[in-house]
Amino acid sequence: MSLKITNAKRIEGLDSNVWIEFTKLAADPSVVNLGQGLPDISPPIYVKEKLSKIAAIDSLNQYTRGFGHPSLVKALACLYEKFYQNQINPNKEILVTVGAYGSLFNSIQGLIDEGDEVIIIMPFYDCYEPMVRMAGATPVFIPLRSKPVNGKKWSSSDWTLDPQELASKFNSKTKAIILNTPHNPIGKVYTKEELQVIADLCIKYDTLCISDEVYEWLVYTGNKHLKIATFPGMWERTITIGSAGKTFSVTGWKLGWSVGPHHLIKHLQTVQQNTIYTCATPLQEALAQAFWIDIKRMDDPECYFNSLPKELEVKRDRMIHLLENLGLKPIVPDGGYFIIADVSLLDADLSGMKDSNEPYDYKFVKWMTKNKKLSAIPVSAFCNTETKLQFEKFVRFCFIKKDSTLDAAEEIIKAWTGQKS
Amino acid sequence: MMRLEIRAEACPYLKFAMSKRLQARRLDGIDHNPWVEFGKMASEYDVVNLGQGFPDFPPPDFAIQAFQLALNSDFMLNQYTKAFGYPPLTKILASFFGKLLGQEIDPLKNVLVTVGAYGALFTAFQALVDEGDEVIIVEPFFDCYEPMTLMAGGRPVFVTLKPSPTQDGELDSASNWQLDPTELASKFTSRTKALILNTPNNPVGKVFSKAELELVASLCQQHDVICISDEVYQWLVYDGHQHISIASLPGMWERTLTIGSAGKSFSATGWKVGWALGPDSLMKHLRTVHQNTIYHCPTQGQAAVAQSFQHEQLHFGQPSSYFVQLPQAVQRYRDHMIRSLQSVGLKPVVPQGSYFLIADISDFKTQMPDLPGDADEPYDRRFVKWMIRNKGLAAIPVSVFYSTPHRKQFDHYVRFCFVKDESTLQAMDEKLQKWKDELRP
Repeated sequence: MSLKITNAKRIEGLDSNVWIEFTKLAADPSVVNLGQGLPDISPPIYVKEKLSKIAAIDSLNQYTRGFGHPSLVKALACLYEKFYQNQINPNKEILVTVGAYGSLFNSIQGLIDEGDEVIIIMPFYDCYEPMVRMAGATPVFIPLRSKPVNGKKWSSSDWTLDPQELASKFNSKTKAIILNTPHNPIGKVYTKEELQVIADLCIKYDTLCISDEVYEWLVYTGNKHLKIATFPGMWERTITIGSAGKTFSVTGWKLGWSVGPHHLIKHLQTVQQNTIYTCATPLQEALAQAFWIDIKRMDDPECYFNSLPKELEVKRDRMIHLLENLGLKPIVPDGGYFIIADVSLLDADLSGMKDSNEPYDYKFVKWMTKNKKLSAIPVSAFCNTETKLQFEKFVRFCFIKKDSTLDAAEEIIKAWTGQKS
Repeated sequence: MMRLEIRAEACPYLKFAMSKRLQARRLDGIDHNPWVEFGKMASEYDVVNLGQGFPDFPPPDFAIQAFQLALNSDFMLNQYTKAFGYPPLTKILASFFGKLLGQEIDPLKNVLVTVGAYGALFTAFQALVDEGDEVIIVEPFFDCYEPMTLMAGGRPVFVTLKPSPTQDGELDSASNWQLDPTELASKFTSRTKALILNTPNNPVGKVFSKAELELVASLCQQHDVICISDEVYQWLVYDGHQHISIASLPGMWERTLTIGSAGKSFSATGWKVGWALGPDSLMKHLRTVHQNTIYHCPTQGQAAVAQSFQHEQLHFGQPSSYFVQLPQAVQRYRDHMIRSLQSVGLKPVVPQGSYFLIADISDFKTQMPDLPGDADEPYDRRFVKWMIRNKGLAAIPVSVFYSTPHRKQFDHYVRFCFVKDESTLQAMDEKLQKWKDELRP
């Protein structure tokens, strides 16, 4: 008898995934991969050292506390208390999850219901939309818009939300807004004024804020990362999400966390005890130890929270320069480790690419990967179906790459520009 | 800057009250967790902890070395791997289990690596159980099956393993606990989407026989139902019993998800690496859930498990195999515990498999029925708390593994974990000796 295999309705339409497609494309070792946000630089030595000692400690091979390994939640509480006005209870106000991805999932499953609306700012880290849909809720999109800029380098700060347009998206069904600062893919670091606009609306409409701050340490000169949860009236309605992967350049550890008031975190904890129950022990202990090293020296330039952005700012500037040489219009990011650039000026001949239904940037990236051996990610992957065209001229490049990778990218770009002239 | 300790409970005027409902409805009825409660108690008193199921001896040397290798070799193992599983791991799981299940297993289509078997279970429920679907759960059950069914909007339908009466003086055996075929058949309706099977079973320790599995298989096929087979304890089988994977029975591969655990296989529960195996027609839906929930599993743990399986593949079936040595050692621990528990009047049910045995406490219920606790609290919970406070032994009340309506009926068993170091079992003996001394008039 054939199986009436019907999948649950919650995953209807959520099966495609841009990463699966594009990482496959970039897997060819001859391709210089500036696509997926994956550092190919080494994590700091002391992080690796902590981890290698851990395997020998027997107790760390067995289950730890479900909501977060005790030494890790203590370290996180100690770190984040420096930013908030209140003390943070490590057991009640912190949850350790499988990457920030897991925190997003727990937040949405715990707090978003069928029929709720959730505001998502476009372009958005691509999982926000399917996660909201999987919870049976309706995503409501609002794009970041850029003011035309003459005689000045195009910057991520030129991309803003129109306050009136934003206000029009809120109504009595709005359960939450998802904020991402520093922003992926544009690299925008929201200012105090911009966050105040969002906070005012959250309070007025009694809405939650899910603040994805995985790139919180990666802000460049002249910018400051601000936590919306520290604004008046916001602690009680905000979940702030962080990532070990992005903090210590260890994306493969898949550890993230949610920080917030207990009346919100307890629901994320309920999701946790019914989904994965607990995260891996050895990695949590190693992470705790790495945190203690850097927590003690936060004003020191050697602290990784300070040294990594310095290192990346140089790479950012180099990448901007390279993309400009190629004739692209890159947007200088104030934070994060991506740059988006308008590729339409290149007027590349994409006629050979099949599937003319795909947005321009999808075709461009596939063509560039195949013909130039350089990969990136199409920015329309970070848009919803209806608005893909708004961003289809943009392509995202990742610059948290070692110098030899950037050298290889430079070689490709030089040859490319050579061919053009 | 002055730091204020602002707590909503202390300042009622700051209490957060949303005008709309705060938490999602899918959390209704699933917020309570027995492990948190009993785990907390066990840590507060000076106890020998025979409650939660984890070994207190180390993983085998080759596994520890595998983990160390994963941490010290290629630094790129600190970064993301493939979403559906680190390739060397999915490859070896496919070849290892392909042989065991008698099935051609494709590492990309038929294998998904998850955060523990717990993560595989969650992924399976979310992928396949819909609002209103019925899920048959065999009682007593690993406690997460019910809330996972509810969180997916499903309706749990329970069918109970019933112990047949034993001869006087004889110990009960987990194999005596059986499903009534007629009763089982009656639980299948047109709304039944899945049946969740756990063999070897937690908490009873039953290893389902071929005949029992054939019965389940024929009903699943007859009613076109998916079988989710939780086989985390597949290597922990004793007395020459054989673990059989239902997916290896005729007609079952195409409708079965087989779930396994590195934690239980290699005595490394803290690694949290598990997997689901099955046909692509089912697995593709699990992949969709996976990419929208956690997306990747940690890389290094997967590398360590891949390496550990390489070791086991080389030694498979031989005396040097961990999957042979572990059950041999654990069987001795089991036997030790069975002898010891009887000395105070606990009546263990001999398990054929798993980490656990349950012990009948009916005599205690007769002799000391009024143990402190809430009015409605099942006896076994009150007994466990009393035992923790007064006898220095921690265990788990078996009623937590039953559906709420049946808890009062099955309130006379307590679950003990025997996958513990010799020194722990000796410490248990000391506590039991003291208990026994206190029983003497």
